[in-house]
Amino acid sequence: MATIVEPTIFELSSPGRLGVTMPASDVPQTDLPDKNLLRSELPLPELAEVDVVRHYTKLSKFNYSVDDGFYPLGSCTMKYNPKINEDTCRLPGFLYTHPLQPIETVQGNLVLMYELQEWLKEISGFAGVTLQPAAGAHGEFTGVLMMAAYHKSRGDAKRTKMLIPDAAHGTNPASAGMLGFSVVTIPSDERGNVDLKALAAACDDTVVGMMVTNPNTLGMFDEHIEEVIKLVKDCGGLMYGDGANLNALLGIVRPGDLGFDVMHFNLHKTFSVPHGGGGPGSGPVGVSERLLDFLPSPLVDIVEDGDDVMEPLYGFVTPKKSIGRMKAFHGHFGGGLVRAYTYIAMHGPEGLKDISQYAVLNANYLQAKLRGTYTIPYDRICMHEFVAEGRFEGSDIRALDIAKRLMDYKFHPPTNYFPLIVHEALMIEPTETENKDTLDRFADALIKIAEEAKTNPDLLHNAPHTTPFGRMDEVKAARELVLCCWLPENYESLT
Amino acid sequence: MNVPSNLKYTKSDEWFDPASGAMGITDFAQSQLSDIVFVELLVEEGDEVTVGKAIASVESVKASAEIYASAAGKVTAVNKGLADKPETLNSDPFGEGWMVKVEGGAAGEVMDAAAYEADCAGRAH
Repeated sequence: MATIVEPTIFELSSPGRLGVTMPASDVPQTDLPDKNLLRSELPLPELAEVDVVRHYTKLSKFNYSVDDGFYPLGSCTMKYNPKINEDTCRLPGFLYTHPLQPIETVQGNLVLMYELQEWLKEISGFAGVTLQPAAGAHGEFTGVLMMAAYHKSRGDAKRTKMLIPDAAHGTNPASAGMLGFSVVTIPSDERGNVDLKALAAACDDTVVGMMVTNPNTLGMFDEHIEEVIKLVKDCGGLMYGDGANLNALLGIVRPGDLGFDVMHFNLHKTFSVPHGGGGPGSGPVGVSERLLDFLPSPLVDIVEDGDDVMEPLYGFVTPKKSIGRMKAFHGHFGGGLVRAYTYIAMHGPEGLKDISQYAVLNANYLQAKLRGTYTIPYDRICMHEFVAEGRFEGSDIRALDIAKRLMDYKFHPPTNYFPLIVHEALMIEPTETENKDTLDRFADALIKIAEEAKTNPDLLHNAPHTTPFGRMDEVKAARELVLCCWLPENYESLT
Repeated sequence: MNVPSNLKYTKSDEWFDPASGAMGITDFAQSQLSDIVFVELLVEEGDEVTVGKAIASVESVKASAEIYASAAGKVTAVNKGLADKPETLNSDPFGEGWMVKVEGGAAGEVMDAAAYEADCAGRAH
């Protein structure tokens, strides 16, 4: 095994070593207003600039990203992010503006935000869009706040139940729980659809609404989505769409047309904003007519009409019954909005439709290649992803072993152990950006691993073998949390 | 898979001991969750629990799960030691891994061991 050891930056520290030499102060020194603000006990590392650069460059080489290779992490849409996005978001007009500048001086930025709102409306079929939410779950929270405000504005106080399918992302019940709603889980049927009988039984006048991801986390488009929506609406509930899987629908189906009332977009999935590494994400939210007045403020709109001579003036407006501001300033402008705008502008309507068609084709191609080697529990035409079982009859090999072994074949493992309704789940989402050669190599690797599971299972049990570090002890990591960057003096006695 | 015949079982993989009033999670549940790394008991001695009330929250390296009361009654004891030794749920779910004991425990919708075993076998596919 290749073992590469890089000490932590604290271990590299040497007392007195400096990164920069500060010039002599040219202003008189004064005491701090509060001496307690300065903490002398923190063991801050002392290094030269070159030591820091080499340390982090080494660490970066241990990483694996979509720029290194295939990254089929299901439900995450880890598509390749075009580098032109990096050029546009660094254009000086975007880069050197401040969110508090007078609107007359940032008309270009406001036009971009306005057009992005309009484009997202057109793509999704919704009546209004806010760009504020910082990421997907924040968008969900924003959406659920609007649902709550809608019922409250009608004096309908008894609605406390949120219906959520068992295939849902964990963020859905968390978002509903944040508002104090109780969650009622709706099972899936044998074809991976929402179980209509169970849904009908749960629908009553205490339902806030239902949060549905369509296609769901099995990669299945709900065959009865219109009946699902009708059942929820007939009992006075609102339909929330989790837009995590929008990459399957661009230019084909509009959630607003289906009857959804609210949905968040993940610009960091569908619209090529970089994803992972902690963000920043971007989670705009679209709403139907009846939630329009509740959108967060401010929205970008035309505040003075133009004429033949003058361009219209763009500015900020507040919807009538707005739930208020969801984030300081205007969302993740450069990091999210400019990149997503670039991506949509570059593709246009036909290009966006191609994205979804290729994403669905790639997933079905992989599913067809792996069928027979791996069990596909919900086996029908899939959308942008599918879920296989990472286990074999009469073998102790688990999904985790297969995932780790894939790293030896230089592939990022798929999502595993999610969704929970599939045993030893391996959730595979290739995205539209991969070519047939890559898909073939990935399928070949998985088929070879299935063979290895029979002939040499220890190869899988102990994988990965070719990475800088081998199998991590995730149980120990979860049970023995060390949440500080240096060990306390009495560490031994604590463990 | 271990399914003691003296206990009663729920569809959501909890067990209830009518003799002692103890409840916890089954061997099948712990094997599905795999290594359990965190347990939080959500009730205290003296609380009244109803069937279906969440009595504990459990996290494994794979998933997290709420554990529901399989019987109603007044809580007479909670197994406080579990928080420091979540692995007990993996090694001894029916013994040292008991979670809560109730008094006057009226069981909810429960199965006997044979029915539970058949239910688990059905779900393993």
